[in-house]
Amino acid sequence: MRGGWSVSSLLHPLSPAPSPWGGEGSELDAASPPPPGGRDRERGSPPRTRLLPILLLVAALLAPPVLAVQPDEVLPDPALEARAREISRELRCLVCQNQSIDDSNAGLARDLRIVVRERLVAGDSDDGVRAFVVARYGDYVLLRPPFNPATWALWLGPPLIVLVAGIAVAVWLRRRPTALTAAAPLTEAERARLDRLVRGDGV
Amino acid sequence: MRRLLLILPLGLFVVLTIAFGAQLIRGRDPAKLPSALIDRPAPQFALPALSQAKPGFSTADLRGQVTLVNVFASWCAPCIVEHPVITRLAREERIPVIAINYKDRPEDAVAWLARMGDPFARIGVDPEGRAAIEWGVYGVPETFVVDAEGRIRHRHVGPLSPREAAETIVPLVRQLQRRAGVS
Repeated sequence: MRGGWSVSSLLHPLSPAPSPWGGEGSELDAASPPPPGGRDRERGSPPRTRLLPILLLVAALLAPPVLAVQPDEVLPDPALEARAREISRELRCLVCQNQSIDDSNAGLARDLRIVVRERLVAGDSDDGVRAFVVARYGDYVLLRPPFNPATWALWLGPPLIVLVAGIAVAVWLRRRPTALTAAAPLTEAERARLDRLVRGDGV
Repeated sequence: MRRLLLILPLGLFVVLTIAFGAQLIRGRDPAKLPSALIDRPAPQFALPALSQAKPGFSTADLRGQVTLVNVFASWCAPCIVEHPVITRLAREERIPVIAINYKDRPEDAVAWLARMGDPFARIGVDPEGRAAIEWGVYGVPETFVVDAEGRIRHRHVGPLSPREAAETIVPLVRQLQRRAGVS
């Protein structure tokens, strides 16, 4: 449950997994109609190899989004189910820690999704469900941390930094133009020399 | 003023070094979470027994003496690492240890205990992991110290090392036992 030893990560380096797309006999090859002439593969750029990336792209774009929520978890009442999805998007999966339980495939995430739905069916309010989970797992389970003494630095830090930086920039900008306008006007000699330069008389 | 600005990066570096160094030396793993249940009564639940040999347990069984509650599973590799430490706490330190068998097949758990030794006073099975959710468990193994009034006083996430058992668990249990004896 904890740790990263998934079966696929163990198997991958050991067994050269056959690519589902590779090889002569792949399903995609079999499904696509044979190209006209049939011997394109031996010539320069066979249409079949050009077709494959396009088909892959289309398949990737048409594929439905992958959901962690399993069909057997979904509540029959769409309104309750929508609330359940809303709540689970805001609850952290404690195994993966940076995913919500709505996104995570971990066993505990599934258990918590089911608990959330059970509480809703039992008539809990959204806040009631959140309070139920927080009572067991702490504020950490909320992806949107609450505002309390432990999180003051978290919530107030960024605005504070922007404020301090804004003041620093304001002070700096205020100082700079006075330095420019304070430059002394040209003296008579300088003005005469400038005139000569502009006329092109040489220095 | 200008000189101050020149020193600023060095100052920031020193501050960050101290901050990171302190975190490193304290050795706290930020991924391990404190329990929301510390100092709160253990959750209400009742678990059936794993086998005929030992009773299951419910919240009421936690009252009257200081207890360790160990969440384990036969499929959990760190549990194998931890088991000798738990066994020692039970057999040599005479601390009653109650087990929650988490999401396991009973026959697997029985075989695992036959192989590894069974130091537990009671074993409750939690096939769906529902009691574990009540305890705020998010992975196995986890170990809780429950005082004589049935309140959770300490939580350890992950395998218990001999050092943590000797330096944290045993002193805490002794302290709680003394307090329970006095009152």
